[in-house]
Amino acid sequence: MLIFERSRPGRRGAVRAPLRPVDIAEIPPSQLRARPPRLPEVSELDAVRHYTGLSQRNFSIDTHFYPLGSCTMKYNPRACNALAMLPQFLARHPGAPADTGQGFLACLYELQEMLKNATGMAQVSLAPMAGSQGEFAGVAMIRAYHDSRGDAARDEILVPDAAHGTNPASAVMCGYRVREIPTDAEGNVDVTALGRAVGPRTAGLMLTNPSTLGVFERHIVELAGIVHGAGGLLYYDGANLNAILGRVKPGDMGFDVIHINLHKTFSTPHGGGGPGAGPVGVNATLAPFLPLPVVGQAPAGFRPLDERDCPLSIGRLGAQLGNAGVLLRAYVYMRMLGAAGMRRVADYSTLNANYLMVELKRAGFEVAFPGRRATHEFVVTLKALRDETGVTAMDVAKRLLDKGFHAPTAYFPQLVPECLLIEPTETESKQTLDAFLAAMKEILEEARRDPQLVKGAPHSTPLGRLDETRAARDLDLAWRPR
Amino acid sequence: MPFIPHTEDDTREMLAAIGVAAIDDLFDEIPPDLRADALSGMPPALSEMEIARLMHERAARDGAWLNFIGAGAYEHHIPAAVWQIATRGEFYSAYTPYQAEASQGTLQVLYEYQSMMASLTALDVSNASLYDGASALAEAVLMAVRAHKSSRRVLVPRTVHPAWRKVARAIVRNQGIELLEIPFDPGAGTTALEALGRFKGSEPAAVVIPQPNFFGVLEPVDELADWAHANGALAIAAVNPTALALLKPPGEWGALGADIAVGDGQPLGAPLAGGGPYFGFMTCRKDLVRQMPGRIVGATRDRDGRRGYVLTLQAREQHIRRAKATSNICTNQGLLVTAATLYLALLGPAGLAEVARACHANTLALAARLTRIRGVARVFSGAIFHEVVLRLPVAVAPVLRAVREHRILGGCDLEQDYPELGHALLACATETRTGEDIARYGAELERVIEQATRSAAVPGG
Repeated sequence: MLIFERSRPGRRGAVRAPLRPVDIAEIPPSQLRARPPRLPEVSELDAVRHYTGLSQRNFSIDTHFYPLGSCTMKYNPRACNALAMLPQFLARHPGAPADTGQGFLACLYELQEMLKNATGMAQVSLAPMAGSQGEFAGVAMIRAYHDSRGDAARDEILVPDAAHGTNPASAVMCGYRVREIPTDAEGNVDVTALGRAVGPRTAGLMLTNPSTLGVFERHIVELAGIVHGAGGLLYYDGANLNAILGRVKPGDMGFDVIHINLHKTFSTPHGGGGPGAGPVGVNATLAPFLPLPVVGQAPAGFRPLDERDCPLSIGRLGAQLGNAGVLLRAYVYMRMLGAAGMRRVADYSTLNANYLMVELKRAGFEVAFPGRRATHEFVVTLKALRDETGVTAMDVAKRLLDKGFHAPTAYFPQLVPECLLIEPTETESKQTLDAFLAAMKEILEEARRDPQLVKGAPHSTPLGRLDETRAARDLDLAWRPR
Repeated sequence: MPFIPHTEDDTREMLAAIGVAAIDDLFDEIPPDLRADALSGMPPALSEMEIARLMHERAARDGAWLNFIGAGAYEHHIPAAVWQIATRGEFYSAYTPYQAEASQGTLQVLYEYQSMMASLTALDVSNASLYDGASALAEAVLMAVRAHKSSRRVLVPRTVHPAWRKVARAIVRNQGIELLEIPFDPGAGTTALEALGRFKGSEPAAVVIPQPNFFGVLEPVDELADWAHANGALAIAAVNPTALALLKPPGEWGALGADIAVGDGQPLGAPLAGGGPYFGFMTCRKDLVRQMPGRIVGATRDRDGRRGYVLTLQAREQHIRRAKATSNICTNQGLLVTAATLYLALLGPAGLAEVARACHANTLALAARLTRIRGVARVFSGAIFHEVVLRLPVAVAPVLRAVREHRILGGCDLEQDYPELGHALLACATETRTGEDIARYGAELERVIEQATRSAAVPGG
């Protein structure tokens, strides 16, 4: 039932503005609204019960194992939420001067410093509000750098064919043409193809390492040399930073500019689709172009730097200070991990992924790159199973929901047929992984014994498989009274 | 190990299953000379108790303030139920609802949110959120240019929030889109209709219409929307959602209504929180929906004919269309939208209108009190919603500094962004301010200004 269907004319919640005689005579009648908006009229209990009920129709990390590849669905520590929601932080107006928020700004400044340290970059801006805004900022900085040198002929960004869709989309938003670079049989960027693609039109290469195929890009030094040799810059998509935290730094691999997804590696919640945060890091050459604000430190204290301090900045990406509350959560998380905890993230996420990969292989699943180590994630291909039984990767994904597990990422990366991208994260125990393995084995048996059972899944969720074609054909995007 | 459950036995068994001796061996594909030794310089780990102490100390140091700043972020009362429910783990720790059957909770919330926003703005469809109001304006500009096809010029009034204009410029400039500034009428504080004539030949793709504008003043939205349409441009409304409880919604502006509406959703249940996370909303006419950026939820049926919800029209989005997508946006501000849906459900149409009326009345009361101070006057004659621009007889920055001594944040200094207004202060009093709050600010400001005027009048003083 929709909240609107619980609505009764004249019913009110408990919360109301102070009732004083209110004169709105200053607003001319021609500017006034003729009919009130169609908002629900419900009691506070109606609303609380309705939305609590809806929450129970969700899978989440707090309720289910969520091995969603490329998303890093690890546990979001509750302390991060509690401490970011202290009343003084919540009440802080973004327009309040820096001297009234030194405690808050100290957290952000120290977060910048810790991110520099973890990534080997010279300077960091916390401004971007999600990974794709970080990508936009990164590519815009690449463009600003070339422009600042009068190097206007560079109009191409190179992107591996396995990249996240945000990479080419971000490059286009910065006015670039996109050129795709193929992947070799081992899952690496095809070095020869890259060598042929670079030239005086190359502005840069956007790369995720470990790649979206769940393998470490072994020729990274060579790739960096090729791109730099052609006068281009190297962009690091930090989607998979979790796999290498404390093991290898993007700055050491030759990357000039990076973004980091705090909602992946640094465990801020995904919130059902955000908010995230996508800070960008750069080497010293690109530092003048960072998006604003950057938190600076002066004898008088911390303050957000502005256009007067950074005249070459690519500008602002949001009206205020980025997703500050997300930044505080990441700060608390990083302080709780400390130096030793950072590397443990890479270690145990990699251990969990390799364990799952080996055991799935043992159970008869086909791994996409069997000759490679898994990083923090790996790709399974169900092409043979589909050919044998008609059961697809989507069917297996949906059947996992019946077994109490969120589905892995399906059909990404697009170059592996019938694929599942599986990322267990470091916060899951061996016992949870073993339960997942048992479920996967059961599904494999079911696919052979009773393929219709799997193809009809899910059976135990509140609703059965939903008709996406109908949704796109008969658009119903807002409730209206009959 | 914080947040890592492995016992030594677990680790040993897992390594044995993999067939390696140590965790280090799992990183053998990383070239040896790239391997980092340690994260020197990273501070040592703190326990939950220690980090709690540190954060409480820092929060206490920042303290509590009596706030009269608005300027795009507004202090409103948020019902307790909003964040208690929004931070339930099932909402807080869920991913984007790509697996619809496992995400009906989030999907239905988004569908309800879209329904509420469509009605609030009187437009057909809403997306599931963008990052904030400023970046939503940039996306609306890009969308209008895509829809218009032949023009890459958009008119943006100088009365639009200065930071929003900066953001829009930073985001659209690399695509060769030109933003032209429309001046304002210095008397009324509204976009100067007579100045529009000079843009007649510029064939704009769109005209941005703020309501209320950055000065808190109500714009002649009907005339501006009609001018846009008469000149072949789309009308983009940039609106405050609280104000829409009282004001004519964008879909009813002028003869045809605005085509796209955007705004910052912060007033709908997001705490000020130092600047975010907030969320951007966007609604539009039905025929523009395929040009819309971001996620959209649609109602459909499951295999047994039961109503359910899915992400739809995904062929617009980056994960399908890659370089040809309408935007690069992926993660948006889902949890803030959950909070906004709860906020709007808990307030209802009458509650939201009460908040809007109380904000308006409090700001009028604030303006009345402050203009009793000698030398303080309202700068503009135009009707306001819940912010007011006041001219002070002395420079604004030192005055604001002086009232801060009394833990009052007196407003936003406009001297930097609008030097043409002289010593101008933008102040706001939402429903959270009481008569006593306003009296206290009035008394302090009066004292400070009298002191400043006196010392300025004394030679060498």
